[in-house]
Amino acid sequence: MSNLFLIAHVAGRTVAIDSDQVESVVDIGEVTAVPRASPHVRGLAALRSRVVTVVDTQSALGQEGGSAASRAVITQVDGHHYALLVDHLDDVAPFELRPLGGGVTLDPAWRAAGRGIVERDGEPILAIDLAALVPGQIAAH
Amino acid sequence: MDDLLQEFIAETRETLEALSGEIVAWEAHPEDSARLDAIFRFVHTVKGSCGFLDLPRLGRLSHAAEDVLAQVRVGERTPDRALVNSVLAVVDRIGELVEAIESGASLEASGDELLIAALAEGTQEMAQASGPSAPRAAARSVRLNVDLLDRMMSGMSDMVLARNELARRLRQGDIDPAIEAALERLSMTVGEMRDTVTRTRMQKIDALFSALPRMVRDTAAGLGKSVMLHIDGSDVELDREMIEVMRDPLVHIIRNSIDHGIEAPHQRRGAGKRENGRLSVSARQSGNQIIIEIADDGRGIDTEKLIAKLVAGGRDEQQLRRLSRRAQLALVFEPGLSSKDEVTEVSGRGVGMDVVRAAIEQIGGRVELDSVLGKGLRISIHVPLTLSIISAIVVGAGNQRFAISRQAIEEIVTDRSDAIRIDTLGGARVATVRDRRMPLVDLGGLLGIERAETGESQLLAILSVSEGSFALAVDTVLDNEELVVKPASPAVMAAGLYAGQTLPDSGLPMLMLDCAGMAQVAGLDFSRDANEAFEEEEAAQEPAGLPALLFCDLDGTRRAVPLAAVDRVEQVEGSAVRFAAGRFRVTIDGRILPLAAHGTLEGRARLSVLRLKDGESEVSYAMDEALDIILLPEEMVPARVPGPVAGVTLVDGEQIELLDVLWVFDEHADREVETEGETAPLCLISGDSDGWMSSFVRPILESAGYRVATSLAPGETPAVVLVPEESAPAEGAKAPLVRLRRRRSAAGAGDDSVYRYDRAGLLSALEAQVAGKGLR
Repeated sequence: MSNLFLIAHVAGRTVAIDSDQVESVVDIGEVTAVPRASPHVRGLAALRSRVVTVVDTQSALGQEGGSAASRAVITQVDGHHYALLVDHLDDVAPFELRPLGGGVTLDPAWRAAGRGIVERDGEPILAIDLAALVPGQIAAH
Repeated sequence: MDDLLQEFIAETRETLEALSGEIVAWEAHPEDSARLDAIFRFVHTVKGSCGFLDLPRLGRLSHAAEDVLAQVRVGERTPDRALVNSVLAVVDRIGELVEAIESGASLEASGDELLIAALAEGTQEMAQASGPSAPRAAARSVRLNVDLLDRMMSGMSDMVLARNELARRLRQGDIDPAIEAALERLSMTVGEMRDTVTRTRMQKIDALFSALPRMVRDTAAGLGKSVMLHIDGSDVELDREMIEVMRDPLVHIIRNSIDHGIEAPHQRRGAGKRENGRLSVSARQSGNQIIIEIADDGRGIDTEKLIAKLVAGGRDEQQLRRLSRRAQLALVFEPGLSSKDEVTEVSGRGVGMDVVRAAIEQIGGRVELDSVLGKGLRISIHVPLTLSIISAIVVGAGNQRFAISRQAIEEIVTDRSDAIRIDTLGGARVATVRDRRMPLVDLGGLLGIERAETGESQLLAILSVSEGSFALAVDTVLDNEELVVKPASPAVMAAGLYAGQTLPDSGLPMLMLDCAGMAQVAGLDFSRDANEAFEEEEAAQEPAGLPALLFCDLDGTRRAVPLAAVDRVEQVEGSAVRFAAGRFRVTIDGRILPLAAHGTLEGRARLSVLRLKDGESEVSYAMDEALDIILLPEEMVPARVPGPVAGVTLVDGEQIELLDVLWVFDEHADREVETEGETAPLCLISGDSDGWMSSFVRPILESAGYRVATSLAPGETPAVVLVPEESAPAEGAKAPLVRLRRRRSAAGAGDDSVYRYDRAGLLSALEAQVAGKGLR
C-alpha cells in the first residue's frame, strides 16, 4: 500500500515526509526568539492568527550551524503546531514505505526520526517522522 | 429555576421539531414500533421534567399519553386511527403549552380533559386540536457546539489581525479621510465583536459546583464521616476553559478537606465540635479576578507534623523552624508530601497540593492558605476572570518584548527614584523599595539578552508570587494591553520561564512571562531563606497607615488619594476630553466616563487621568501627573465644608490635601440604576406554596417596576401583598391585599380577586392598591 510522501531537503539531506503529518507548507516571516528554550527551538512565528513554534531541523538533527531556510512544513503534535524548517521541497508523490532493515545503521541524530525507506527511481530516501524532530516530545513508535 | 425552565422549553421545542417527521410517519404506519418508541420517549421525558419543574398540566397530559403508548407497546391496545389521532393531539397540545409558558401567555385548560378522555379505549370521538394556538415567542436561545465557539474566537482574532494589517498598510501612504473614517468604524465594530464573542465563552461556575454535593456525600460516606456542604456564588461566570482547568484542583482540595481536614465523628465530639463537619465552597468576583474559597471546620494544618515529615525526608529542621508561620503553612505545597500517615482510598493517589498549586499557577492564579489548628482551614484560589484575555503590561528587554500579567505586578518604579536602593549582597542583587528588601532579577540577564546600549535607567517591576515578591529589572515598560494568551508548545514551556504565548496587535508573537517560573529559574528560594520572617517582623514595626497615591493636581497643588480607590492611572489625549451633556467627560477604551477635575482642563494636549472604581460605577479624575506612593498618617484634619477635599494631612512635613473619593463619586458618578431600588414599591408574595407566583408573576412585577420579595426582612413593610385566593396572608396583613384566583370568571359581585393570567388586570389592581385607591 503506498502513501503520499513529500520529498524535501532537510539539513542538507533528501528525506521523505508522510503527507498525513503535513498540514501545510509555508514561508516563515519574522521569528520571535524564545530565550533559554532548547537550541532546537528557533522561536515563534505567526501564521495567520495562530502562533507556531519554529523548529530548527538542522540543529535538531545534530548538525552545526542553524538552518538558513525560511520555508517550513507545518505539523501538529499533541494539539500544538510546529513549523519545521526545510531547505526546499522537491516533489509530492505516492511511495511505498519499506522497512529500513539490511543492517543499515543511521547516524544517532537521525536514528530517532528514521521510519523506513522509500525508493524514488532507484534512489533510496529516508522517510522521517516529523514528531521526532520536535524537542520536548517522546515520539510515539 | 428559570434556567431549568428555559432549558426545558428549548429542549422540548427541539425534540418536537425533530419529532414532527416521526409523528407523520407513525400516522401512516401505526404499527411501526420504532416510531412509537420515539414518541414514547418524548412524552416520557416531558413527564419526568414536569414533575421536577412543577408543571402539573403538562405532567397530566404527558402521563396520560405515556400510559396509552405503554399499552400499545406491550400489545394491550392496537394503534387504530382514533388512538393515533388522540396521541398526536396531546403531543400538539404539549407543544402549545410549552410555547405559552415561554411567551407568558395563558392557554385554557378546559381542552386538556377532553384530550385525555379521547385517549381512553373505545372512544370514537375525534379529538380536535384546539383553535388558534398562542403566538409563538421567538426563540431566545440556541444551542451551539463548543467547537463552533472556539472557531468563532479564532476567526475573531484573524479579523483583528487583518484589521491591524490594513491599518498599517494604509498609514504608509496618504490616507483619504473618508477611508480613515471607514477604517475607524471597522476598528470599533471589530472591537465590540471581540468583546461579545469573548462573552459567549463565559459559563456559570455552577458547571463546576453542581457535581460537588454528590461527590462530597460519596467521599464522606466512604470515610464514615458526615459532612454538610454549603455552596455559594454558583452564578459567577468564568471562561469555560478555565472551568475545565479548575475542575481537578477543586476536586482534589475538597477530597483532601474531607479526608485529612474533617475529623471522624467521635473525634469531633471529643473536640467539642458538631458531629457533622462543615464544608463551604464559594465563588465571587473581585475586580478582574475570581476568588474561589474552600473552607472546612476540620483540624487545620498541623505545621509541627509537616515539619517532622519534611525533616524525616532529609530537610534541615533548623531552617524549617526559622520560617514564618505563613511560610510553614505553605510547606504543604512541597512535592511528595502526604500529611496523613496512611494512604487512603480517597486522596492517597500520589497527587499532592504541589500539583494543585502548579495547575492554578499555570493559569495565572495563586493559592492562599488560612489555617487555625483544630479549628479549620480556608483555601482561597484567585484566578483571572478569563484565560483567553489577560490584562498585561508589555515590557522590553533589549530588542525583545514580553508580556507580564498585570495581576502579578504590584507596582513599577524607576531605579533613579530616591525611594529605591540597589545593592549587591554577596553576589546577589537586592533592591530596597521604601524599606522593603527583595531580590532583584535582571530580565535581560536572566534571558541572556543584551541590553540595548542606551545608558538609560532601568525600571523595576515589583512582582508578587505565591511565596513572596521580587523586583524585575526591565529596560522599558511599553504598554498596557489586553492579550489573548494561549499555552505555548512543550518545547517552549520547557524553559520554565513562560506562561504562554500571544499574538498582539503588532502581528509578531510575544511570550508571556511566568513570574513564579522566573523566580525559580533565577534561583530565588523564598522558602529557604529566612527573609520572610524578617519581613513580617518589619511589617509589625512599620507605622500603620493607608497607602495613597501622591499626585500633582491640575491647579498645581499636591494631593493624595487612597490607593485602594484607584483602579489605574491612564494617559489620555486632550482631545478625548469633551464638555458634553452638561459636564466634562473623557473617552477611555471606547467608554465615556465622567471626568472630575480641580483646575482648568482646557488647552492641555495630554493629561493623566485617575480611574476610580467603586463596584459598578466608575469616575475619572484629571490630574497633572502621578508622583509617588506614600503612607498616610492616621491623623487628618477634616475639611470645613464637604467638597472634593476630605481633609489635610501631614506628609514629610508638608500639608497634603486628601481627595474625598466618596464626594467625587457622589457628585460625579453617572447614576441611572440605583435610584430605582430605593423608590420601587415592595410587593410581597405570600402563600406561594407551589412556586407558581415566583416563577411566573414575579418577572411581570419586576418588569413593571416593583421590588418583589417572598419574605420580609425585619423592618420592611410591603406596599402591597399578593396572595392566591385559597390561602390566608401570613405576614404583613396590614398592607393592602390583592388576591389571585385560578378561575377565569369572578365568583360574584363581592369578589375583587384577579384572574391569575390576567396580566393587565393584575398590574392595574396592584397600582390601585399601592396608590391607596383600593376599592375596599
